[in-house]
Amino acid sequence: MILKNNVNRTLSDDLMAKLDYKPYTSTEIGNPEIQRVAPKVHVSTGNDKVVDSIEDVVKATVKDGMTISFHHHFRNGDYVFNKVMRVIIDAGIKNLTLAPSSLTGVMNDMVIEAIKAGTITNITSSGMRGSLGDFVSHGGLKNPVIFRSHGNRARAIEHGDIKIDVAFLGVPNADKLGNANGMAGKAVFGSLGYALMDAQYADNVVLLTDNLVDYPNTPASIKQTQVDYVVQVDEVGDPDKIGSGATRFTKDPKELKIAGMVNDVITHSPYFKDGFSFQTGSGGAALAVTRYLREAMIANKITASFALGGITKPTTDLLKEGLVRRVMDVQDFDKGAADSMQSNPNQQEIDASWYADPDNKGAMVDQLDVAILSALEIDTKFNVNVMTGSDGVIRGAVGGHQDAATSKLTIISAPLVRGRIATIVPDVTTVVTPGDSIDVVVTEVGIAINPKRKDLIACLSNIPGVPVFTIEDLQKLAEKKVGTPKPLEFTDRTVAMVEYRDGSIIDEIKEVKD
Amino acid sequence: MEIKQTALAGTLESSDIQIMLSKGTDGIKITLDSAVEKQFGDQIRDLITKTLQALDITAANVKAVDKGALDCVIKARTIAAAQRALGTTDQPAWEVF
Repeated sequence: MILKNNVNRTLSDDLMAKLDYKPYTSTEIGNPEIQRVAPKVHVSTGNDKVVDSIEDVVKATVKDGMTISFHHHFRNGDYVFNKVMRVIIDAGIKNLTLAPSSLTGVMNDMVIEAIKAGTITNITSSGMRGSLGDFVSHGGLKNPVIFRSHGNRARAIEHGDIKIDVAFLGVPNADKLGNANGMAGKAVFGSLGYALMDAQYADNVVLLTDNLVDYPNTPASIKQTQVDYVVQVDEVGDPDKIGSGATRFTKDPKELKIAGMVNDVITHSPYFKDGFSFQTGSGGAALAVTRYLREAMIANKITASFALGGITKPTTDLLKEGLVRRVMDVQDFDKGAADSMQSNPNQQEIDASWYADPDNKGAMVDQLDVAILSALEIDTKFNVNVMTGSDGVIRGAVGGHQDAATSKLTIISAPLVRGRIATIVPDVTTVVTPGDSIDVVVTEVGIAINPKRKDLIACLSNIPGVPVFTIEDLQKLAEKKVGTPKPLEFTDRTVAMVEYRDGSIIDEIKEVKD
Repeated sequence: MEIKQTALAGTLESSDIQIMLSKGTDGIKITLDSAVEKQFGDQIRDLITKTLQALDITAANVKAVDKGALDCVIKARTIAAAQRALGTTDQPAWEVF
């Protein structure tokens, strides 16, 4: 039997049955009743939490077969992951499931070592890149990796699909009972959004900090009621590698042209009115959009009710100016945004569930008007790939892509081609976000509107300087430029499964043949 | 046509291809290093071969480092390298374009 889902992807029925998965059917979540799980609580008065050695904590908490987690807020400045994993590998612990909010490049070598040692046998993550993506795509891990969006990870934790036994959470400050935040100290990253899920749901919560402060520490994002251990280490992260430094405004004429058209699409849509909300990414074009949007908001005397998601300094500048009334902040991409969270009370830290969990009593993404997202590939069905590169190798992350794409106006901004690789293709290598949730694709030559959005076709078809194409026309234009590529070759073996945000399977990633 | 000297055309910038042409005895031999080998490797080798044949070159060693160049660029760099190798840069081979 060949099992296909609603984005026409063939799924391995044996794996689907073994892992008890349902194929993806729809972007609609409906109104189901959900039973959430609760963590085990090791009762304590809290006076014995501080320990000096990671070894002692690992010995006390981690056993063969457990699920351990980390957050990725330190990004490429992370020291915590490698410190803890070193101890776990050396302790000879086996068969762990690694369930971090995501994996950054600085963790790659350690993860590969842990897989080779049998320490890690399962992984669930938002994404992976570089040597680890290459390793997994070449069949380095026996069990398939499960990729989940940030909102879906929150859902999976609340459902018990991810049952975290021990969470190792690095923080730039904590007191002796575990009250902590991401805003003060040496290696600051701002919002602790993703880690708050682990702190709330893990059976054992271990904080690691290089900055033990006086009790009680406020504001407390992670609270003493959640924490089992506080480990003092020399350094938790490298502040210079946590975020890109000063955000540079792009001078690339192609990116600026795309950004200008994205801005035109937004301002000509019915959503551009006082009190609208938006989410932008951190790429060059997305940052340029923020600047154009600022001018349009001033000219039209419009303010936004909130900006959402991964936050950058250009967005917190809008907050300071009063053009955005609230910033709902699950993660900060640069130091400016992290600093602003500490000084501006209108920049609210939100956890991943509040941000984007589909099985919620209302998540922020459900209220979102406009999302500007990027893509590695978009196909003629508007499906988007942000996970596998043009060679079929894993080199990306779901991030909040599927979650933010549920907004009322979801715009994908991408160049028509990158070098000799077409961005708009007949079929994406991996479907991550279904075309049903994508409304407009913006390239440097013009835009394509999802034919399902007849209302948008009506209001976006006659914008001066914004030519409208069908998505098929854009695909043909791209192919004419770069030629027809030879199809990629894969083996039959599944190396990763991509969940949709509701926990169904939207696609599988196969081992590359070379 | 006989190759007189080893010649180079193109850069290692993205969307360019660097082609080095030297004397060969056994047909057109191409060593290609390309960022898009999987999708376009065969097409690139084919295009270089045809472009050289159009210039009546039947034996040459080609070392090509491709950074995602389009066909028009590959052809232009191949012709430039070939004419430098043949010592015919003062007589552009217009018909090859």
